[in-house]
Order: sequence, then structure tokens, then C-alpha cells
Amino acid sequence: MTRSSFHGLRVAITGGTSGLGLALVRALHAAGAQVAFVARDTAHVARTAAALPGTHGIAGDVSRKDDIHRIALQINATLGGLDLLIHNASTLGPTPLKLLADTECEELEAALATNLVGPFRLTKALLGALSASARDGRTACVLHISSDAAVTPYARWGAYGASKAALQHLARIWDEELREHGVRSIALDPGDMDTPMHAAAIPDADPATLKRPADAAREILERLLAERLIAPLPEAAA
Amino acid sequence: MKPAQHPVQRPRDAKLLVVDEQGRLAHARRAQLADFFAPGDLVIANDAATLPASLHGVHARSGQALEVRLAGRHSLRVDDVRAFSAIAFGAGDHRTRTEDRTAPPALRAGDSLQLGPLHATVLRTLGHPRLIELRFEGEIDAIWAGLARHGKPIQYAHVREPLALWDVWTPVAALPVAFEPPSAGFVLDWSLLQALRERGIGFATLTHAAGISSTGDAALDARLPFDEPYHIPASTVRAIERTRAAGGQVIAVGTTVTRALEHAAAGGRVPRAGDGIADQRIGAHTRLQVVDALLSGTHEPGSSHHELLRAFMPDDVLSRIDDALEQQGYLTHEFGDSVLVRDLFTPAGAGAGRDPPRTRGTVTRGLSLECAH
Repeated sequence: MTRSSFHGLRVAITGGTSGLGLALVRALHAAGAQVAFVARDTAHVARTAAALPGTHGIAGDVSRKDDIHRIALQINATLGGLDLLIHNASTLGPTPLKLLADTECEELEAALATNLVGPFRLTKALLGALSASARDGRTACVLHISSDAAVTPYARWGAYGASKAALQHLARIWDEELREHGVRSIALDPGDMDTPMHAAAIPDADPATLKRPADAAREILERLLAERLIAPLPEAAA
Repeated sequence: MKPAQHPVQRPRDAKLLVVDEQGRLAHARRAQLADFFAPGDLVIANDAATLPASLHGVHARSGQALEVRLAGRHSLRVDDVRAFSAIAFGAGDHRTRTEDRTAPPALRAGDSLQLGPLHATVLRTLGHPRLIELRFEGEIDAIWAGLARHGKPIQYAHVREPLALWDVWTPVAALPVAFEPPSAGFVLDWSLLQALRERGIGFATLTHAAGISSTGDAALDARLPFDEPYHIPASTVRAIERTRAAGGQVIAVGTTVTRALEHAAAGGRVPRAGDGIADQRIGAHTRLQVVDALLSGTHEPGSSHHELLRAFMPDDVLSRIDDALEQQGYLTHEFGDSVLVRDLFTPAGAGAGRDPPRTRGTVTRGLSLECAH
């Protein structure tokens, strides 16, 4: 990985205190990025921020409409702008996983609120900052963490799979519409990882067969570079 | 003029009054806005997001309730979030007209204010018992979190519903540094930005800490606008240079953009990039150097925003505009209708480096052109 590519990059990551989100926070922080992360649990946020000095922890819930602009305000304020937004926060829906026919409508709505509507709202609230970065010749990118459940119809993964399929399509339409303004949008599937979420979905999976979140985070950042979604910083280019 | 009472940024029936180079007035629908710009023009907006700058709390020494409205800051730096100037009000909220609000408890240097989760100290009064400088205590990230959670957007009695942040952020809002919304930018949406791009019209932004527009106190209002820090990106300056070279016009969205660009130009034709603090007043005496046209909300005579319009046109044209806005039922204030005015003192072609006038046929096409004289 070209670590210098991330130096000074202003990145916000939702769901940043566990699993893949925490691995991305650590990897980007280590690579010299300015990182703000969002998570629901205030104590977890404080602990993660204390463990990674220089990162900015923001307590908030992307599924709540009232939290979105408060989160966006703190992201823009603490980073002084935004270059890369990573929608990583996610919910499985009901656990243990249920057949769709047994899934309550409210459970589906809750999954959509976290996995689809929240990311939509947060992107919208941060679009001013992202497009300002694009006009300055900086990176301007929204990364949506997706899943193979967005493509393959796995039984019992209805709420999650449908929400991720919608998120993946949302990412593609954002890219169609925002590309002319210099803002890019992409969805990536990190693969099956050894995370608390995976344990909740498949409690008896053998962790040895699963990808480590740190490896998945590294692959994701390499992919962003390979796809030329991370621009060299103007200062570095000069 | 009647104030717009509903917090809708882009009402379908919003109106646009256009003043052309000859000072003629035309009424249009605001949805037609893009038709009034020509290829090669450059539209510049203020991308400041609006702070939830109204903070309710308690004055520790007296135990009395108060509201402080943050009103000024020394710079836009993200870590410069401790010291603010602020205007204090007594108990009550925005549903009472600011003119009728009770006075705050007497404020002295060293007084503690508990504003929700935020703890602040009064540093001094600034020549008026209600205008103070305060300092927030604590870590920078905690101050931002406290503002985000506890603060409410400043609003006035003419909008009854409590405003949420999404009501006062323009579609291009980025850094949260404005104390009141740069509301001329409410006209923008991404469809308009796409239309501009398709027609070869440039779009750029600057960030300007738009200040409080009114305090309800005549002595304080006379001191408005306060000094306002701004930042102009290098990319915006380059866009202005390209526009100048091609003979296009620079259209400022809002009075804050005008103030920042003219301040940064310091008498030259192109502003310098970077940070500055706009401390000048723009009015009848000002000769505009950068801005060729202004897209703005409608403003009532007597306000500092209205005074700024005198830099664009002689008083007789301005009073015709005031009359037309009144007669045609234009709405005023943040969520009201819009005006697009040209700089009538510097006719195209007359300014140094400015290209000959072009035929701007799009200006009147399809409109009910109304000459108000």
C-alpha cells in the first residue's frame, strides 16, 4: 500500500469502534490520515479515541434522523472538511437470523434505517464538504461497505440482504449523478470476516476460515488506490 | 414585505426579480434562474454550514436563565472554537420578537455560564451590556459535540416552527462556521448545479462565517455586520481568473460572498486566495471590483443587507425595486424570494480588463418584462 497516499486525507468512518470499521480507523490513522469515526456507544467511542490519539470520536446513531446533521457537523468541524466517507455501520436485522416470512415489518424497517437510509442521509449532509474537496482537486469519495448477501439471495438473510442490495444500487446511482461534480461513489464487499457481526449471524463458524478485519481493511484501501479513487494531495503533487 | 413563515428552502412558487444592465425590472420564477446566466459566467456561493448558535442555559452567579447567540469568532480554524463573541438574551425563546425579549442578567467578566453540557466563562463585555466575549472550557472535540447536541439554529419570531439544522444548511453546506444561514444559497440544488455545468457556467465556493442579521437592539444592530472571517480556495480564485479572461461575469450568491470577494481583492480585480477577516461595510460609497452581479434574498430598507445593494445601483433603481417587491407580494427574510441585480455602476466594458458588453438575450426571453417607470 502506498501509505503516503493517505497522509493528510480527511476520512470519516461510521461503525468505527469494532470489526472492519475499527480496522479501517486503525489502518488509516497509521497511514497518516485524519480520521473521525462514529459509533453509538459513547464509552466505546471515548475508549477508541483515547487508544488512537489524534482521531476524533463522535457518538451518534446513523439510523436516527436527528443525529445525522449533528454527526455531519462534527465531522466537518473536527476534520476541517471531508475527502473520504466510509459507510461501514451496519445491522444484521433480527438475530438469530429469520426467514423473511417470520421477519417483522418493523425489523425490516430498522435494517433499512441503519443500512440504507442512514448512509443516504449522511452522504447528503456531507455532500457540500465532499464537493468542495473535489473542486480543490482533492479526493472526494464515498465508500459503501457491502456484502455478497447484496447479490446472492441467502435464505434467512432477507432484511440484511435486501438492505445491502439497495445500498449497493444507491452507491451506483450516486456515482452516476455525482461523477460530473468530481465526487465518486463505490460499494465494496470485504468478504466474510471474523467480526462480532459475523459471530452474531453464524455463531458456530470457525474463525480460522474467516478473514481478519485488518486484512480486509488493507485490501479495501488498496482497492481504492487501484481504482484511482484516492487522489494525490495537492500539496504532495506540487 | 411579508416575511416567509415556512422553512422551505426552495418553494415551487418562489419568485425572482431580475434587474438588467439598464436597470429594467423583470419578474420571473426562480426555477428559471439558470436562464439568466451566460456560458462563461461564474456563480460563487458561500458553502458555510450554519452552526446551532443559540444556546440556552443558566447564569451561575444570579441563577437566572439566559440565551446566548454566538455571533463572531476570530478565525475559521477548526481548533479555534473556544472564544466567541455572543449576544445575550434573558429568559424566553424565539417565539418572542427579539425586540420584546427580556434583558439578560447583568454579565461581568469571570461569570460562569452553564449552557447544557457546555461550560463557558464571560471574558468581557464588548461595549454593550448584551454583547460579550465568552470562552468555552474543555477539549475541542467535546466543545463541538456540545454545540452539536445542545445548540439550536438561531431563528426569529416570523418562523413559528422550531428550525432544525437541515432547515438552515444549504445543499452545499460544508464547514459549520455561519451563525445564521447564508440563505441566498437556499436557491441552489444539485439539479441547478447540473444545469449550470451543462450550459458552461462555472460554479465555485468560498467559506464565509455569515453573522447575525439582527439583534432586536437598535444600538447593536447599528454595529452590524460584525467582522466575519472567510476562506477563499485557490481553485475559486483560478476560476475567477478564467472568467475574467473569457469576459464572463462573476455572480455572487449572497451578500456574504460579495463581502468576502471584495475584501480579498483589496481594490484589485482578482481576490487573493486564503484566509481573511471581512471588516468593511459595503454601501453607496463602495465601488465593486470583483462582483458583477448579486443573487440575493429580498431585504428591507434599513438593514445592512439592503445597504449593500446601494453598491450595485443608484438609489432611484433601488427604490423602484423596493416598490416592485412590495407591490408584487414578494416574501422576505431567510426563506423568502430572490433578486438578481447587476452592478449598474460598472457597465460591462467600462471596467479595466473587462470585455465588451455581450448581448444577453437570455435575460428577457420568455419573461413578462415589466418596466416599473
